[in-house]
Amino acid sequence: MATVALPRRDARPRTSLWREATRRFAKHRLAMIGLVLLTAMVVAVLAGPLVYRVPIDEIDFKAKLKSPTMAHPLGTDDLGQDVLARMLYGGRISLAVGITSMLIAISLGVVVGATAGHLGGPVDHTLMRITDLFLSLPGLPLLLLIVYLFRNAIRNVFGPEAGVFILIVVVIGGLRWMPVARLVRAQFLSLREKEFVEAARSLGAPTLRQVWRHILPNAMGPVIVAATIDVAAAIIAESSLSFLGLGFPPDIPTWGRILYDAKDNLDFAPHWALFPGTAIFLTVLSINYIGDGLRDALDPRKVLGGK
Amino acid sequence: MSKYVLRRVLILIPVLLGISLVLFTILAMAPGDPFEELATNPNVPPEVRANLRAKFGLDDPIAVRYVRWFVSMMKGDWGFSFVSRVNVDDLILQRLPTTLFVLGSAQVLGILIALPIGTMSALRPYSWFDQIATTFAFIGFSLPTFFTGLVFILVFSIWLDWLPFIYRADISATGWRWYWEHVRQAIMPVAVLGLFQGATLTRFMRSAVLDVVRLDYVNTARAKGLSEKTTVVKHVVRNALIPVVTLLALQVPTVFGGAIITEQIFRVPGIGSLLITSILANDTPVVMAITFVISALVVISSLVADIVYGWLDPRISYR
Repeated sequence: MATVALPRRDARPRTSLWREATRRFAKHRLAMIGLVLLTAMVVAVLAGPLVYRVPIDEIDFKAKLKSPTMAHPLGTDDLGQDVLARMLYGGRISLAVGITSMLIAISLGVVVGATAGHLGGPVDHTLMRITDLFLSLPGLPLLLLIVYLFRNAIRNVFGPEAGVFILIVVVIGGLRWMPVARLVRAQFLSLREKEFVEAARSLGAPTLRQVWRHILPNAMGPVIVAATIDVAAAIIAESSLSFLGLGFPPDIPTWGRILYDAKDNLDFAPHWALFPGTAIFLTVLSINYIGDGLRDALDPRKVLGGK
Repeated sequence: MSKYVLRRVLILIPVLLGISLVLFTILAMAPGDPFEELATNPNVPPEVRANLRAKFGLDDPIAVRYVRWFVSMMKGDWGFSFVSRVNVDDLILQRLPTTLFVLGSAQVLGILIALPIGTMSALRPYSWFDQIATTFAFIGFSLPTFFTGLVFILVFSIWLDWLPFIYRADISATGWRWYWEHVRQAIMPVAVLGLFQGATLTRFMRSAVLDVVRLDYVNTARAKGLSEKTTVVKHVVRNALIPVVTLLALQVPTVFGGAIITEQIFRVPGIGSLLITSILANDTPVVMAITFVISALVVISSLVADIVYGWLDPRISYR
């Protein structure tokens, strides 16, 4: 097939769309504050344990349930372990769970949504019924049920830490892909009829290339917003599970797990619960504000007539 | 309208079948055996175990087992708890009213917060009222219920000593005092759930009203001289509620998740805390039944939402 070399007039519009989005995002004051706060948290949990070298499991009964002091900036727990060190270490797990679950949910959602939207017909119908079914499943009870039934088996295969991590991440991701699938499908339904996709099709682009190069990049706006919110939702889901005592084992102090251990000592050691709780709250709040900023920045309706 | 309701009810059947299929698949895929307890018990001879397995049909093909399980679930024959040796349906029926009471009150509280605040925010977007309301809404739905619950206990039970932090089903007082004690212990669980719901709903309500308020028919209503109150209540809010009801139905699974956590924090004797204790005690029949009941409740709530939807927007029920 002969290829026609089209003169490339100007590459500017393509980059400026993203620059425009960045500019709009930067104007959203709370989203910027959220971004700074979240970056600070990520840096803290990544670099913190390298700088703050107190071990997370050093038991010291003389210093148990101490309020914040110079030696223990965020106090200690009932075994005299340093709360700050545990939070820095546990934060890594909490954030890793959030991001990995989000990636699983988004990939599943994009695949299901793209397949349904692009193929249409009976495939679309079946996939959408399955999506509706999953939407009516109660997330937390099902999460609890699956963790309850599979916990021991998966622990034997992958070891106690990796096993619980894989289980939690897969189940949270596997129960949160439906909104993304719906979003992507809706985008595909409208985009596949657009002229530029038709142009690609008539030039002989195979289906996969049409989807990957032409439709998907244009459908990503709402998916990015959903992905952001999903990280927050996954962090909350993991913390809820750990808070109920059914998530990570005590030697992996995720923020939810610390709260679970702290909740019976609220009257003597409120700091023990308040710090990890605040960490979860601030992370989720930052992510939600970033999501709000991204929505403003990536919403194409805003480009047309917005403020 | 009645045809619409009937159609909605009929749609329930495949959904419930689908959910039961998902639950059964999870159970069937799970390693281990419901009779593990008997298998490890040295007092049970192998013949007895084999007889029991045959009696309960554990070695039948999986499809047969599914049909049998589903039929007995539908008949209300849910087996008995391994731990308390009580019929599962009795156990759940005993706990369900408390859960529904707490959840229902929380939902009402959430709606009472969200409708006026969301509407007022949207009528004057970017005013100081809207900014404050939006900030609180963001804080509200970013605060996980387990943390709000702990903070409430810390402030209202431990520091101020105003409210009890343990929910008791057996209150000895009589008469008015009995009601008062019930209300007092329900305040914190209901507030934790209701504030979270309220925050989420406020956002929904605000954007729904914003979408409606700039439509032409609202201008028409104003132009023909209707008072601002009539315009807002009868024309704006009623139409804005349509998408909100849908979102409300989609929220229901999350609400049940929140209820489990809240019941666990305040030790509310509902099905959520029963679920957790059963999981910790490896009580499989109770765990399965509660998950099924919660799924069914979620589906029924979305049915109610669909019916309300049809009532709010008559165009839908005629389709």
